[in-house]
Amino acid sequence: MTGPLLQIEDLHVTFSTRRGLVEAVRGVTLSLDQGEMLGLVGESGSGKSVTGFATTRLLDVAGRVTAGRILFRGQDITKIADSDFRVLHGAAMSMIFQNPRAALNPIRAVGLQIADAILSHKRMSKEDAAEEALKLLRAVQIRDPEKRMTAYPHELSGGMCQRVMIAIAISCNPMLLIADEPTTGLDVTTQKVVMDLLVRIAADRGMATILITHDLGLAARYCQRVVVMEQGRLVEEAAPQTLFRHPRHAYTRRLVAASPTATSRIADLVTDDERSHYLAMLAACKPRPAPAAGTPLLLDVKNLAKRYDQGPPAVADFSMAMAAGESVGLVGESGSGKTTTSRMICRLIDPSEGTILFDGESIGHLPARDFHRSPVRKDIQIVFQDPNESLNPRFTAFDCIAHPLLRLSGMRPGDVLRQRVEQCAQRVGLPAELLPRFPHQLSGGQKARVGIARAIACQPRLLVLDEPTAALDVSVQAVVLQLLDRLRREDDLALLFVSHDLNVVRMMCDRTIVLRNGCVVEQGESRALFDNPQTAYTRELVDAVPHIGGAPAAAAAQVTGPGVNNVRSL
Amino acid sequence: MSSLPALFGVLVFTFLLMRVLPGDPAVFFASGPNAGKEEIEVIRKQMGLDKPVPQQLLLYLYDVGRGNLGRSLMTGQAVTTDLRDRLPASLELTLTALLIALVSAIPLGVLAALKPGSVIDHGVRLFCALGVCVPTFVSGLLLIYVFYYLLGLAPDPTGRIDVFTSLPPSRTGFLTIDFLLAGDLDGWWAAFRQLILPAATMALFVIAPLARITRASMLVSLGSDFVRTARSVGLSWWRIVVTYALRNAILPVITIAGIVFSTMLGANVLVEKVYSWPGVASYALDALLSSDYAPVQGFVLLMASIFVVVNLLVDVLYGIADPRVSI
Amino acid sequence: MASATLRHTVWILRGNPLTAVAAAGVVLLILIAIFGPSIVPYDPIASNVSQALAPPSAAHLAGTDQLGRDTFSRLVVATRLDLVIAVSAVGISFVLGAVIGAFCGYAGGRLDRAVGRFVDVMMAFPLFVLAMAMVAALGNRVENIVIATAIINLPFYIRFARAEVNVRRNVGWVEAARAGGESNFSVVLRFLLPNVLPAMAVQMSLNLGWAILNAAGLSFIGLGVRPPTPEWGIMVAEGARFISTGKWWLVAFPGLALMLAVLCFNLLGDGMRDILDPRMRT
Repeated sequence: MTGPLLQIEDLHVTFSTRRGLVEAVRGVTLSLDQGEMLGLVGESGSGKSVTGFATTRLLDVAGRVTAGRILFRGQDITKIADSDFRVLHGAAMSMIFQNPRAALNPIRAVGLQIADAILSHKRMSKEDAAEEALKLLRAVQIRDPEKRMTAYPHELSGGMCQRVMIAIAISCNPMLLIADEPTTGLDVTTQKVVMDLLVRIAADRGMATILITHDLGLAARYCQRVVVMEQGRLVEEAAPQTLFRHPRHAYTRRLVAASPTATSRIADLVTDDERSHYLAMLAACKPRPAPAAGTPLLLDVKNLAKRYDQGPPAVADFSMAMAAGESVGLVGESGSGKTTTSRMICRLIDPSEGTILFDGESIGHLPARDFHRSPVRKDIQIVFQDPNESLNPRFTAFDCIAHPLLRLSGMRPGDVLRQRVEQCAQRVGLPAELLPRFPHQLSGGQKARVGIARAIACQPRLLVLDEPTAALDVSVQAVVLQLLDRLRREDDLALLFVSHDLNVVRMMCDRTIVLRNGCVVEQGESRALFDNPQTAYTRELVDAVPHIGGAPAAAAAQVTGPGVNNVRSL
Repeated sequence: MSSLPALFGVLVFTFLLMRVLPGDPAVFFASGPNAGKEEIEVIRKQMGLDKPVPQQLLLYLYDVGRGNLGRSLMTGQAVTTDLRDRLPASLELTLTALLIALVSAIPLGVLAALKPGSVIDHGVRLFCALGVCVPTFVSGLLLIYVFYYLLGLAPDPTGRIDVFTSLPPSRTGFLTIDFLLAGDLDGWWAAFRQLILPAATMALFVIAPLARITRASMLVSLGSDFVRTARSVGLSWWRIVVTYALRNAILPVITIAGIVFSTMLGANVLVEKVYSWPGVASYALDALLSSDYAPVQGFVLLMASIFVVVNLLVDVLYGIADPRVSI
Repeated sequence: MASATLRHTVWILRGNPLTAVAAAGVVLLILIAIFGPSIVPYDPIASNVSQALAPPSAAHLAGTDQLGRDTFSRLVVATRLDLVIAVSAVGISFVLGAVIGAFCGYAGGRLDRAVGRFVDVMMAFPLFVLAMAMVAALGNRVENIVIATAIINLPFYIRFARAEVNVRRNVGWVEAARAGGESNFSVVLRFLLPNVLPAMAVQMSLNLGWAILNAAGLSFIGLGVRPPTPEWGIMVAEGARFISTGKWWLVAFPGLALMLAVLCFNLLGDGMRDILDPRMRT
């Protein structure tokens, strides 16, 4: 066969919604050779997933290809009948999805699900199909494959579910594999293992792969060629090194700058033209005066534990201390107890054991239900993870910011309050005309700003940040991180930064604490900790973070482009 | 198992309810309005109404434990006997109705979900919207008007069987089955003709909620990630719709079917009254209207027991259908 | 602000003609309930044996019953009683259920689980039988129909409020309210309940229809309302005796009244649910 495996020409996809027609993809043209691995990168709403789903004809019923051609092996597959497409599905092209647990049938044993996929394209007995499925489970390196054959998705971890999904997708040796955010939502160590596996399998079997992701680092690490999309359009296409060293398009420049790397600083997160503004601000801030001798630590936590009725303790033994104006990062994978710890320090839930001293005074013994009366309440505030869920849908932005002022600072409604709220909004860069709006009328970044304005309204001394940027696009994340950094310097605010994102923590925090299974694994000065991890676990975490600029993974490098399909028969 | 304490609760609850009844049954069941004081006292003692309430409750619990639900003042028989005589009639009616409802509601719901926005879908939704609005007693009466009075297709809507048909030997108590066992096809036809109208009446009322939940959960299933996965590897249409979508969609239907069965037990009261069906519900209703405690208590207790059994059955079925639940 | 809300509502109703019709129907029902007794052509109680069992005609739009009373007048007058029973019963269970459910759902823990279990069991119980027993026990009066209907409705509201609050109790804005100095009590009352109420109001509209059917069912079997009071359920019961002889209007018109009333409330509830959350369209 000659020519590329897949050729998309001027693709347009339109969705009919309640608000009329929305064009999600507006003229995308790209091609993919056999055995090639292509990264399709973009932020939310860029149309990258829609392009993938249009190719495999798995769009929602509301979505339609309105123009353009998709040539697969030279045949325009937008024109063929559904019944003909069914033959392609699985056998010639297949997909791997985000959220692997939901992508598997919850009430069917995974072995049967793999066998279903095999039987839909090959004539063989059920027993042979089961045998084949077992081979596939071995191929995706699941532990105890015989036992997993009869397991249901809820009995498997997220990473294992994604392996099963990969097994299903490759069951009939397709030539094209489209992976839609395959590791989003998985822990960083699992993410690396799954991606390495995926790349090796693709290389072994000579499958061409499109990796759809929002993570530039991931694409850089694994792909030979990266395509950047913005608002349904393709803005740039290049090899990862070229793209990241010399981005040509303005959007790509901004995106590359905003993606944190192993060495970037907060100031680096914007493009060169925008940086001067930030640097000027930085210069205006006076350096922090050394605390007077004998000043108690701002926060001193000892042997904190939280146990629930069932299961292992959420937090087993946690101690830390931080001084005023310091920023400390709390990192860990899901289930490490970092969120529980942050809630205990915020005094939103009660610890089972341990002491919390704030400014030298014990606050851990006050029950959380009465803590709203404590004078310390206004000194400890929190910013929540998901901006969409952190604002009361029935409060305007103004009400949200005013609420703690009314409750904690004893202010009354009136001009003074209004001025104060507007001042807070201005500090977080929220235009005053947005204040009368309700949350659903604000963008994600604007909501995040309201949440931060609310938290700093009462001028707290300790601000707990619970994954404040996890739900935001990188370009918005960059702006929010700069904002938080500026606020910290201006107010001498102490930050406790809870996150799973090591790059972010390294930039934002003076010191970092690594949590695992409710215990502190390692803590120390951020840069030293990340450059030279002392424990195996921390090293594993650090190694797993995909970076821009690093060499592509060895597995990806083995694939030398087109023509590697001689291993297909394996 | 969680419904067993509920059974006990119902026991005490019904007892207390019956004991705060305003009317004095002793007066009611005395020989007449002119009955002497002594006569009333005697009846009162006979019924144990002179003892303090807690003692009456203990006695009652003890009796229930021995399977003695008291004696009906109306029929003069033991309530257990009365209920046992009438229960098959009610069960035959309710189970037939449930069967009709499930057999028609699930395909309707699935069809509507497969083609959302189509004529079938709109038809099913209209039917569902109307179905829950018509009370059983009205639809029952209108069915009688149409099929008995206008068309003459249905027999006289009173009872389970007309007086001219000789009854088969009672084996299950379900007339249609007993006739079949006895090989009496004419009898079976007669019983079936009597049964079909009340059963249809009851089914009409519950087809709507069943079809609605089937459609809704089928839509959720069809739009789910795992159906998309199934499509992405090219499974056949039948496999996607039945093995993947429907088997998942049926889970909420099982739960709702349990609740629907309870609703039907309640609707029994209305349907049995409309069709003069000699079941437990009409028996209890007659007792209730004549302030006869024991049958009403017995009836509510019977309903509670059936309800416990049904809940258990639903739990077991759900456990079989859904591996995520451990029984 | 108020005019903006009004405009928004009008805009939405224009897009949902069925909901608009249902809303109009509900308004009409309320008007009939208020003014009905003063506009009916005949006295709903006065019998006129010479006109007994007359089929629908120009003089008697819906015919007459066995005592010669005008069915149409009785239907119109009955609206008030039927609505009052349903609305007050649902109102009671709405208020109690919202408060109990919201506090349980927020508190969590053992009490919440116990309440949840109890409510689930209650809901699966043959509720009509329960209502029947309650009315019989408390006394055969209208207010007891209201109480019985309210009690059998209660589990639905508790469950609904509990579930709605439960999914929100650890949501960011609730924790933010606590971090902003609210006590648990005021978080439930001032933050959670206002957010849950719109969805519950929808539930209430859907439940009103059910309550009407229940109340009518109770009076159909001879509980609660007594003759000669005009009420839809009892009118059907009285007409039932004549259905085998073809006097359809005695059953069909009260049945139609019941059906239309229930349909209006259900459609209004469905429409409001769509407005609140288009994803819940079923």
